Amino acid sequence: MLIKRATDIPSSEITSEYVYRNRRDFIKAATATLGAAAVGSMLPATASAAGKYDTDEKQTPLSNVTTYNNYYEFGTDKGEPAVNAVGFRFRPWTIAVSGLVKKPATYALDDLLKGITMEDRIYRMRCVERWSMVIPWHGFPLATLINKLEPLPSAKFIKIQTLLAPDRMPEQRRPTLHWPYTEGLRMDEAMNELTLLAIGVYGKEGPAQNGAPIRLITPWKYGFKGVKAIAKIEFTDKMPVSAWMEAAPNEYGFYASVNPTVDHPRWSQAQETRLTGGLFDQIRPIKTQMFNGYTQYVEKMYSGLDLRKNF
Amino acid sequence: MIKVLKPVVFLLCLVPFFLLVWGALTANLGANPVEAITHTTGDWILRFLLITLAITPLRLLTGWKWPIRFRRMTGLFAFFYSILHFTIYCLSIQALNFKEIGIDIAKRPYITVGFLSFVLMIPLAITSTKKWIGRMGFKRWQLLHRLIYITAIGGILHYLWLVKLDITKPVRYGIVLAVLLLFRVWTTVRPRLLPKGG
Repeated sequence: MLIKRATDIPSSEITSEYVYRNRRDFIKAATATLGAAAVGSMLPATASAAGKYDTDEKQTPLSNVTTYNNYYEFGTDKGEPAVNAVGFRFRPWTIAVSGLVKKPATYALDDLLKGITMEDRIYRMRCVERWSMVIPWHGFPLATLINKLEPLPSAKFIKIQTLLAPDRMPEQRRPTLHWPYTEGLRMDEAMNELTLLAIGVYGKEGPAQNGAPIRLITPWKYGFKGVKAIAKIEFTDKMPVSAWMEAAPNEYGFYASVNPTVDHPRWSQAQETRLTGGLFDQIRPIKTQMFNGYTQYVEKMYSGLDLRKNF
Repeated sequence: MIKVLKPVVFLLCLVPFFLLVWGALTANLGANPVEAITHTTGDWILRFLLITLAITPLRLLTGWKWPIRFRRMTGLFAFFYSILHFTIYCLSIQALNFKEIGIDIAKRPYITVGFLSFVLMIPLAITSTKKWIGRMGFKRWQLLHRLIYITAIGGILHYLWLVKLDITKPVRYGIVLAVLLLFRVWTTVRPRLLPKGG
């Protein structure tokens, strides 16, 4: 399946907009590191040749990516995380690894990340609420970490949880969802080449409202699968029950694959509003693609699975 | 005095509209302007409905007669923001595909109830003039205009059924509406109770 490309926007223009919008960050980074090589490493992926998985559709401006977040731990309004997550400290950070794995332990995040090369992937992100963004994630394949941790052959699923810290995550003091936020993947989904752990957006770490220090990215699934501020990873032989499955099992399933033919019980999923920045270029909705346009990479995992039942 | 105040209140009621236009023109409506316009107009419909419904209780509690002179205006502003709300839904969520709009209205309870609430406002807007009161007779006119209760209840249900999880805001509107409607029940029932009690 071909990924639909926006033909009217040259990719050179996308890069220049990014560089333009973030010119102060570039200058800051450059003066702070005082090295040409260091400056080079701060360049976004868009400045180099597009990677295999990258979309060249118009990117959502950084300012919008960081001010419109579904991150219930910091507020149920999408504008709240950008305000309430300011000052959220994500170092030092540990991840507790448990279950069917050779090396169960609590790891310092920086130790886990040692030797892992970060890359930038420009993915579409489709929210279950019918809006979507195009975001350059900064991170690495989840498979890299899983291989390091060496799960046992009996591990069939991976359960991933957000930090539980009501003193630092204000909404966790209210029973909005069952805390901590829990998500899960089948092992083959977790090992899929598209599945990322992102440590940031637009070529650098953070910010907190986007899930720092580390969050999950599965671009063919609805955005809520992307569990943020990961503090616990468990390998298991039972299908994990996610926070949203628990809250509304008739509305949110385990697979949560983007599918224009399976409606949310309360709204259609056939179309989406692509958040590109301005009102006038996003006033008309666009058609939602099966698996969010990533069919070629993921459909083999779901052959024989009724996606209507396993929504 | 009322004559001076009326244009002032009129302009005040238009402030949310002008802020949206200004925000749209200056790209200041956040990451999802379509949603921002939908939610802002939705909020103002409910606020204007509740303001309109608060005017009679205010008169009965304070004895003031002047607020009622603004009731037609606030009611019509609820209708004005409903038109904007429905238009942005048709345009930006359904891409003006009228078949899809029809299916959506029929299929999804929160859209159905929202649409019905909107439709029920149309006869009220049309008959909102003094001329129409005369033409219909006050009793019948008043009866017709009680449809606003259904519109307000429907509007809040529409909001309640839409939110994913956090129902704080629709519940807040619902409590205000419940108080305003219970006040009417109370003032209707009390005169009948009074002779018994004393």
